Amino acid sequence: MSSRAEILAAVRKNQPSSPAPLPDTQKFWHEVDDVYAQFNIILSGIGGKVLEIKNWEAGQEYLKEHFNGRIVSTLEGFEPLPESDPHALADVELCVLQAQFAVAENGAIWITNSALRQRAAAFIPQHLAVLLKKSDIVPTMHHAYARIGSADYDFGVFIAGPSKTADIEQSLVLGAHGPRTMTVLVLNE
Amino acid sequence: MTKTLAQHPDLADRFNRDENRVDWHDQTLWWVRQKRDRAAHTLETDWEALRQAASDIKDNVLANLADYLEQFERAAQANGAIVHWATDAAEHNRIVLGLLQSVGATRMIKSKSMLTEECDLNDFLAQNGIEVIDTDLGERIIQLAEEGPSHIVMPCIHKKKEEISDLFHEHLGTEAGNADPQYLTEAARGHLRDKFLTRKAALTGVNFAIAETGEFVVCTNEGNADMGAHLADIHIACMGMEKIIPQRAHLGVFLRLLARSATGQPITTYSSHFRRPAAGKALHIVIVDNGRSRQLGREEFRNSLKCIRCGACMNTCPVYRRSGGHSYHNAVGGPIGAILAPNLDMHQFADLPYASTLCGSCSNVCPVKINIHEQLYLWRQELTRSGHATQGKKAAMGLAAWVLSNPRIYRLAGKMGRWAMRNLPFSINNRFNPWYKQRELPAPPKASFREWYLKNRVK
Repeated sequence: MSSRAEILAAVRKNQPSSPAPLPDTQKFWHEVDDVYAQFNIILSGIGGKVLEIKNWEAGQEYLKEHFNGRIVSTLEGFEPLPESDPHALADVELCVLQAQFAVAENGAIWITNSALRQRAAAFIPQHLAVLLKKSDIVPTMHHAYARIGSADYDFGVFIAGPSKTADIEQSLVLGAHGPRTMTVLVLNE
Repeated sequence: MTKTLAQHPDLADRFNRDENRVDWHDQTLWWVRQKRDRAAHTLETDWEALRQAASDIKDNVLANLADYLEQFERAAQANGAIVHWATDAAEHNRIVLGLLQSVGATRMIKSKSMLTEECDLNDFLAQNGIEVIDTDLGERIIQLAEEGPSHIVMPCIHKKKEEISDLFHEHLGTEAGNADPQYLTEAARGHLRDKFLTRKAALTGVNFAIAETGEFVVCTNEGNADMGAHLADIHIACMGMEKIIPQRAHLGVFLRLLARSATGQPITTYSSHFRRPAAGKALHIVIVDNGRSRQLGREEFRNSLKCIRCGACMNTCPVYRRSGGHSYHNAVGGPIGAILAPNLDMHQFADLPYASTLCGSCSNVCPVKINIHEQLYLWRQELTRSGHATQGKKAAMGLAAWVLSNPRIYRLAGKMGRWAMRNLPFSINNRFNPWYKQRELPAPPKASFREWYLKNRVK
């Protein structure tokens, strides 16, 4: 008998026969008055930076002023993020991406491979900046997964703030392996 | 990790020799518990309802696990992942080694996976000529110190920054005596970045595997799972088979609970959903049983398989906080470890269900509502029934049962005890009596309640 067959047979024999219905999660669908305000407070509280911009030109200007070195992006105005070998991103100072949406309750942005172009792009640069439309903020993770629905991505990630660790005596340090900062530019359209 | 046959009380004793360190350990973990409370309270009444929903989803998973595993496998294969099945730790380790050998990899990076600790993968791979670098900062630290993790979320919570500074000075060439966490983390960042960029094989754990879509989710704060997986040519993801959840939408429930319970964060920095391998790369998923199907068949203990490995039960446990994770001599320590470990080996881990006051705090904080403290009590009964209690415990319990079931003997024993407390206090307050450790002998009562009652009752 293969290990697979052996495991499945043991599970079938031992799993409880009680029906155990799945719960209804509709009760968690609360609306929030000002999702942007909540998103801003939460993300700032976990080390991210939130900045409202008038238009994308203003965003580009801000980033060029505040970051030196190699900047790559899937958006216009910067060196296009290369699709080739991810190791070629090792010297990237800042990567600028467009978030698909964000979540107010935890300050996370959602992005999938189509908007990332290169999976490593969100992790390997020294700094990360994300463009987010103000109308693209949902209240909770339940809303988030409803919005994702049955989307057919290869890879998707929620990112909430800069990479961090508190493994040394619970002292919080920003910039563990991934980006040291995360800037979310919020476009009020 | 080297397995030891020492018992929890002995190992806890060793940890307790340094009182300042115990106090520091206790306070550090209690601080994390308080952060968890604040995070939970932000969700107000939803928090308890979410715990119930998570528990209900996991009940549904356990009742339909075989079907969900098959559904997950079909979906994962359709996504282009290759699925492997391992009945036990040895088979898991062989599968991982075989995958590495098939691509000619002799070096691998690994992000946190308690399953691979359970299977002793690192030692096995090292014996077979594979170099493994742990990339979670805490895990890298204990790897350099040649120790196992003492906590499932904060693996080196038992280490002081000065000790880490010494380790880094020795292995990474940092300045002697510089114990600034910022400086040490920066040094580790540079050291591990080089590994990420040069290794062709990456192994990660799995936090949740979705039956409906065949994708799996890995949660980290450091970004080490992603750095490893996206830069390597082969990604091996190892999961205990209980990691399955039915639908993608259920992640809404679990991701709201996980980080809040673990560290008090609203969510981990990265919650990465791996569905298909990137172009030109390979994605392997290893589904491991290693005793889980047996635990599933133990009605009283099966819901320990609902665990999402947040560590909240450890942070709140008065015994864990004061005895340290290594005193549990198992990859997973604390209250949850004490109910999982006896399933793996009743003889070796017979001591663990006793490492508890049964106060119930673990059950109160568990995000999936596992009745941990009740299971600790039930394991004691199970271990005694199946002959795994120690001789001393058996003799003491036999004696107690005899005394308590004979009123005359009970009264006589009480009298003798009170007499001894008055006249021979050293017969009780000596170092051979474990009860007397860190306790003062109380003044003996003049009479038992029964004697007082016989004298004072209204006739």
